[in-house]
Amino acid sequence: MHFNQLTIHELQKKIKEGSATATQITESVFSRIDAVEERVHSYIRLMKEGALADAAKADEDIQKGDIKPLTGIPVALKDILCTKGTLTTCGSRILHNFIPPYNATVVEKLKAAGAIFVGKANMDEFAMGSSTETSCFGPTRNPWDLERIPGGSSGGSAAAVAADECIASLGSDTGGSIRQPAALCGVIGMKPTYGRVSRFGLIAFASSLDQIGPFTKDVEDCAIMMNVLAGYDPKESTSVDMAVPDYREFVGRDIKGWKIGIPKEYFIEGIDPEVTAAIKKAISVIEQSGGQCVDISLPHTQYCVAVYYIIAPAEASSNLARYDGVRYGFRATDVRELLEMYKKSRGQGFGAEVKRRVMIGTYALSAGYYDAYYKKGSQVRALIKKDFEEAFKQCDVILTPTTPTPAFKIGEKTDDPLQMYLSDVFTISANLAGIPGVSVPCGYSSGGLPIGLQFLAGHFEEGKLIQVSSAYETNAKIEKRRPAL
Amino acid sequence: MDFETIIGLEVHAQMLTDTKIFCNCSTKFGGAPNSHTCPVCLGMPGVLPVLNKKVVEYAMKMALATHCEINTSCEFARKNYFYPDLPKGYQISQYAYPLAEHGHVLLDINGEQKKIGITRIHMEEDAGKLVHDEHNPVSYVDLNRTGVPLIEIVSEPDMRSPEEAADYLKRLHEILVYLEICDGNMEEGSFRCDANVSIRPRGQKEYGTRTELKNMNSFRNVQRALEYEIKRQQYLVENGETVIQETRLWNDAQGVTHSMRSKEEAHDYRYFPDPDLVPIIVDDDWVQKIKQDLPELPMTKRERFIKDYQIPAYDAGVLTADKALAFYYEEVVRLCNKPKAASNWIMGDVMRFLNEDKRSIRDCPIKAASLADMIELIEAGSISGKMAKEIVEDMYKTGKSPQDIIKDKGLVQITDEGELIKTITSIIEAGQAQVAEYRTGKEKVFGFFVGQVMKATKGKANPRLVNELLKKMLAE
Repeated sequence: MHFNQLTIHELQKKIKEGSATATQITESVFSRIDAVEERVHSYIRLMKEGALADAAKADEDIQKGDIKPLTGIPVALKDILCTKGTLTTCGSRILHNFIPPYNATVVEKLKAAGAIFVGKANMDEFAMGSSTETSCFGPTRNPWDLERIPGGSSGGSAAAVAADECIASLGSDTGGSIRQPAALCGVIGMKPTYGRVSRFGLIAFASSLDQIGPFTKDVEDCAIMMNVLAGYDPKESTSVDMAVPDYREFVGRDIKGWKIGIPKEYFIEGIDPEVTAAIKKAISVIEQSGGQCVDISLPHTQYCVAVYYIIAPAEASSNLARYDGVRYGFRATDVRELLEMYKKSRGQGFGAEVKRRVMIGTYALSAGYYDAYYKKGSQVRALIKKDFEEAFKQCDVILTPTTPTPAFKIGEKTDDPLQMYLSDVFTISANLAGIPGVSVPCGYSSGGLPIGLQFLAGHFEEGKLIQVSSAYETNAKIEKRRPAL
Repeated sequence: MDFETIIGLEVHAQMLTDTKIFCNCSTKFGGAPNSHTCPVCLGMPGVLPVLNKKVVEYAMKMALATHCEINTSCEFARKNYFYPDLPKGYQISQYAYPLAEHGHVLLDINGEQKKIGITRIHMEEDAGKLVHDEHNPVSYVDLNRTGVPLIEIVSEPDMRSPEEAADYLKRLHEILVYLEICDGNMEEGSFRCDANVSIRPRGQKEYGTRTELKNMNSFRNVQRALEYEIKRQQYLVENGETVIQETRLWNDAQGVTHSMRSKEEAHDYRYFPDPDLVPIIVDDDWVQKIKQDLPELPMTKRERFIKDYQIPAYDAGVLTADKALAFYYEEVVRLCNKPKAASNWIMGDVMRFLNEDKRSIRDCPIKAASLADMIELIEAGSISGKMAKEIVEDMYKTGKSPQDIIKDKGLVQITDEGELIKTITSIIEAGQAQVAEYRTGKEKVFGFFVGQVMKATKGKANPRLVNELLKKMLAE
């Protein structure tokens, strides 16, 4: 077995035993990248030189016995996370030359924990998309079927973990952008509670929904990553100052006596029968594990997508106003006056999906429409949040499919934004409510495509998600396959 | 036609915090372009604002000083528009839920009090500025001012003349400076004002169409611009034309207002709550704490001066217009216990010297104790008022005490009757013609003799004694 195929905890064991060095691990990751990256295209930019230098330093630390939680572990970063001195594009032409003079807080945290950065992972432009097809650097392909999308917007981060082009990665999730690609690529992806992981240095798409989280190969790795990422950040006003538990302690615990909520609104027509079958099987595994499944209702579920496509574009229209060609990023040439500079820089710098959402959002906030759209949307959002509060009085966690279908084909939905938006139908609610969610692999379609299972929990209950995912992972005994690349 | 003028003002005051409202950059005026900036105030991707609590406290001070109700919860909103001096493409301001509302300021108009309502006070960040190259078609952006904290104070349309508007502005200015939350410098833009003005036939209930005036950077310009604009509107109405709702810029050099943009061209700012900031919760304890720390405000001080020191309202107004001046005055009075004399000397000579040198009372070379000593020397008859005029000028120039100056110059007053009788005798002898005039009842001539005595004694004669002796001797 190659090092790049192992998990964080397996590699840590080897490092501690002295049977693997940071350099060997890093080299194995880069040789895998050399072999498959051309086909998968997980990355926008590789950081090989820095990674090997950091690995050499990590080996010195290891020699001294200084082994931190992620020492020697190669991690990929979604290109939405600011990295000091390294190009950060957000998948957009408008930031094609942007080199941040600061690190995102999570980047600092990973660094402090000893992680080695492999590169910047591909993504939908400004995280707007569900397929990683809107990246100005071209699409990422699903390692399980190169004709198919890896999901999005954190498709590069998910594909890199699935293709063993890194050990773990970071993504961001505004409406499902971690959980959906995790499901479609067959890896673990967690969106923490809003306020649990600092957003400082995460290029904003929709500030009230955005949250950073990890992609990993198993649940224990997810706990290890969350231990590093979670915590209060004085640089972010919406960060919550609350004690962080040791998430690793939730790994391997049983769920005897737990109530697992099954929301009827998430089992609707239009779900791929193979997905339904996989979820049903998962429910029985949960019950065999000592969990008790209870029917619950989240009555405002049908409004989630509509509310999301008002709130998220509204915030985005404002967040993306700073890309004006004045101070950094792309500026159109051959312009004579200010308005022309704005129009051409933004017109040429942004892709079609970004423009579409900026226009939707601008409209939703306009005088005369604000009350009907943004304000009404915010009110319904409060009801959606309340649905979950009520639901968690009856159950410990909620179980749903992560996506209605396995990965679809590249180009299949690019001409139909509405169909594309519906691929996030099960994940959006967690962002609107600010609650944590995780996608865990729960089997394969007959075509060999991964299927994901989503668990949702109450605010700051990531521990419960780790516990239920771990119990499921242990008892489901899903056959471990690797994509044939 | 007889018109009534309706004026409402929007004042922006820069808060005197050391650091900006959402980052740790310095708020200092000047500095090399873009030297007081960081990724946060430059609006770089992924950065986030963190509120400077001091700004809330300063704004609360102003709210309490103007009798506003402070909302228990308020929030920041984004005001979206594109301009190169606005790096994020939106200004963080307050909109639906401001910090404070429903306040007022009292004006003293010809001895009568008039209440000017304050609609709201809210906090926001300032924008940067553009620097245009005079010789080339190039503009530069300086973002040092970006993120400097401001409060906006919006008045009700309660003012009825440009004078009232100027008076209201001066009161606000005075309060802000008293609270030490704003330096009040209009030229550097730390105190700025926009005006909404309309006219209506006297007696009409509905307001006329208003125009908004911008670019007035002094009290005088506010008054001038309003006067011009009222005349312009009257001319339009009297000639059957209509006033259109628009924003107009005051042109100081030409003394006119120019249209900047019409209502149709007005921005749609697409305000919405800023998701990067949490609501500000202001509890009663916090309000009480700020209240306790409030200094005595100008209006209260003015009333106290009139009552306690028995000085005219005019004097009290002048002396309390500047907190440091009021402090100086009270110090002098405490030391010499002559409130009216102290007021006269300060408002007269001392302020004249300071004004000539464009100096503040804080830099006055005459110590309060020295001025008090001088007033006591006059009262004691040791020096004459005329001598004092000379002495106080020396005190200002040298910073010396009056005692030292008197000693240096040998300026002690002549109070020796014998010596004065001798002088007066010789003056009477030399001025027999005037003596005759005086004796026929022309009492004006008396002044001539006083002048002669003072001239002969180089002003050192005790005036009271001179008067007494002259009267007696001329009657003989």
